[in-house]
Amino acid sequence: MDIIVCIKRVPQTAEAKVEIESSGKDIVKDRLTFDINESDTYALEEAVLLKEKFGGTITVISLGCSDADDTLRIALAKGADTAIRIKAEDFDELDGYKTAQLLSAVIKDIHFDVIFTGCIATDDAYSQIGATLAELLGIPHATLVTNIEVIDSISHVHRELEGGLQEHIEIFLPALFTIQTGINVPRYASLIAIKRAAGKEIKLVGQNEISKDQLLLNTQIEELFIPPVAKQVKIITGSPGEVSEELAGIIREKGLI
Amino acid sequence: MSEIFMLIEHRQDAIRDISYEMMTCGRALAEKLNTKLTAVFLGYDADKLVESIRNQAHRIMVVDNEVFKEFNAESYQIALAEIIKKENPLLTLIGHTAFGMDLCPALGTQLGIPFTTDCLDVEIIDGKLIATRQMYDGKLNAKIRFRENPSYLVSLRTGCFPVRDSNIEAEIVNIESPVSAEPDYRKFVEYIEAAIGDVDITKADVVVGVGRGIKKKENLALVEDFASTIGGVVACSRPIVDAEWLPKDRQVGSSGKTVKPKLYITLGISGAFQHVVGMKNSGTIIAINKDPNAPIFNEADYGIVDDLFRVLPAFKNSILEMKSK
Ligand SMILES: Cc1cc2nc3c(=O)[nH]c(=O)nc-3n(C[C@H](O)[C@H](O)[C@H](O)COP(=O)(O)OP(=O)(O)OC[C@H]3O[C@@H](n4cnc5c(N)ncnc54)[C@H](O)[C@@H]3O)c2cc1C
Ligand SMILES: Nc1ncnc2c1ncn2[C@@H]1O[C@H](COP(=O)(O)O)[C@@H](O)[C@H]1O
Repeated sequence: MDIIVCIKRVPQTAEAKVEIESSGKDIVKDRLTFDINESDTYALEEAVLLKEKFGGTITVISLGCSDADDTLRIALAKGADTAIRIKAEDFDELDGYKTAQLLSAVIKDIHFDVIFTGCIATDDAYSQIGATLAELLGIPHATLVTNIEVIDSISHVHRELEGGLQEHIEIFLPALFTIQTGINVPRYASLIAIKRAAGKEIKLVGQNEISKDQLLLNTQIEELFIPPVAKQVKIITGSPGEVSEELAGIIREKGLI
Repeated sequence: MSEIFMLIEHRQDAIRDISYEMMTCGRALAEKLNTKLTAVFLGYDADKLVESIRNQAHRIMVVDNEVFKEFNAESYQIALAEIIKKENPLLTLIGHTAFGMDLCPALGTQLGIPFTTDCLDVEIIDGKLIATRQMYDGKLNAKIRFRENPSYLVSLRTGCFPVRDSNIEAEIVNIESPVSAEPDYRKFVEYIEAAIGDVDITKADVVVGVGRGIKKKENLALVEDFASTIGGVVACSRPIVDAEWLPKDRQVGSSGKTVKPKLYITLGISGAFQHVVGMKNSGTIIAINKDPNAPIFNEADYGIVDDLFRVLPAFKNSILEMKSK
């Protein structure tokens, strides 16, 4: 089974201060740490599990700047066979649609049975690139996948709906699946594997290989801004003892327990 | 005529809340632009459900066929593409739900119309669409401009448009189904209901929600201990379930449970939208998080910006003291 996994290197913003850059359209990135997007870790693991079961190859693709090579090398260390980086620096401004177009321009020339993407990238948070890519390639897809079993080129897939409900659907391969977190337990790359991957080639694809003529942006960011607050929070300050006493006072006064 | 269209979302014989929210949004837009709102209903044996939303839109286009009994992105896409091509609405709204995530990007791509996903707001200014979306773990919002086109497509986030009453009487238009069978390459098989666990977090008056800030499975004991002191149950955010530290039935949020306790205390939860939708209607919300910019502080009534491991022991003592009085 030949599998393609799309992975993205994203800034880790959950615990960091996120500042808007002077253009108003991007964030200040130099103080942030970057890592593989969370759901992509699960997508890669699912690929490795399928390869262990059925054999075949894994190709990882990332559209990004040169530091995405590190992310691709970790993927090689975890079990991918080939890594391709689409040079983001060659393609100016991006949105979800243009990203999917670039990915499809590379993938259309590769043999595959399955494509995995994450279900959402935590930076742009579109949840659209997987389904867009599938449509561009003319293959069926399923998003928010929480379980996959392949029996004779038919995949039995569980999709997550809301409130804990799931649906079971059947999809013919080749197909694209966007992987939800929790579908498996992603492995760590071993130190030896990381060392070995450090020497592997990463295939670069840029404007010489992909024509920029047909590329289209659907959307552009006009401005970034800090979200309005829904509720005025009262921040309680002081030592742990002081804040705890104040909280206990509020709980008693309001009769909450 | 540049109308506003929206797709009704229904599941297991009920119209889903997002549909009412989209119709509220769609009516407001239509009113502003002096045009009409059309609700597109793909379903089976649909009369009762269609009648139930008759006051919500100016027109309801109904495609009644067994194929649409359950949602299937592929058959929905074929039908909607036909309808949009023919009617050419200025804007089509789809829910950013598990259904919409499967459908909207592929539909927009097939039609070659500009689209985007998970919008909190949409405005049309001089015929141009401007949408608001959230990025970077909910820490920033973005205003988005679209490539100019006669027709656009967006998916809307749940819970962004408080549902308003309406008393229109929709014209009902029945349309022949462009599809008569599910495509063989994708078939719906069945629903899988959530497993029922030992603790029902939806029934508790006090819920202690723990998130990735707890760092290690072993540290959950601290939270269990605190919860039993305060007389509450332990719930959690998604990463805790993904890591298999707690069972799925303890997860609060869009893909977990919705809770409405008298008191919800969050420990090391950032406040992602998908978590917040499951707890924002709690009576009182206390958030403990070391990041002063965590979005959870936009939803909480009381906030402590500190390390949860520093606060929790003191908090437990204060509760014990309070109970002993
Ligand atoms: C389709 C879909 C459905 C989803 N459904 C759900 C759902 O139902 N429920 C849900 O919860 N999520 C859901 N998610 C995931 C959601 O988007 C977030 O990723 C998740 O809620 C983040 O969990 P968290 O806040 O625990 O972790 P993070 O976002 O990583 O935040 C951890 C927080 O802990 C704080 N922290 C760290 N250490 C400490 C410390 N020592 N003391 C105090 N604070 C500390 C940090 O400042 C940070 O704010 C869903 C996502 C998708 C795409
Ligand atoms: N620049 C990129 N390079 C490779 N894959 C990407 C890129 N951007 C997004 N993806 C894939 O698309 C998924 C969904 O992204 P999004 O639609 O932006 O939320 C991610 O989880 C990745 O698998």
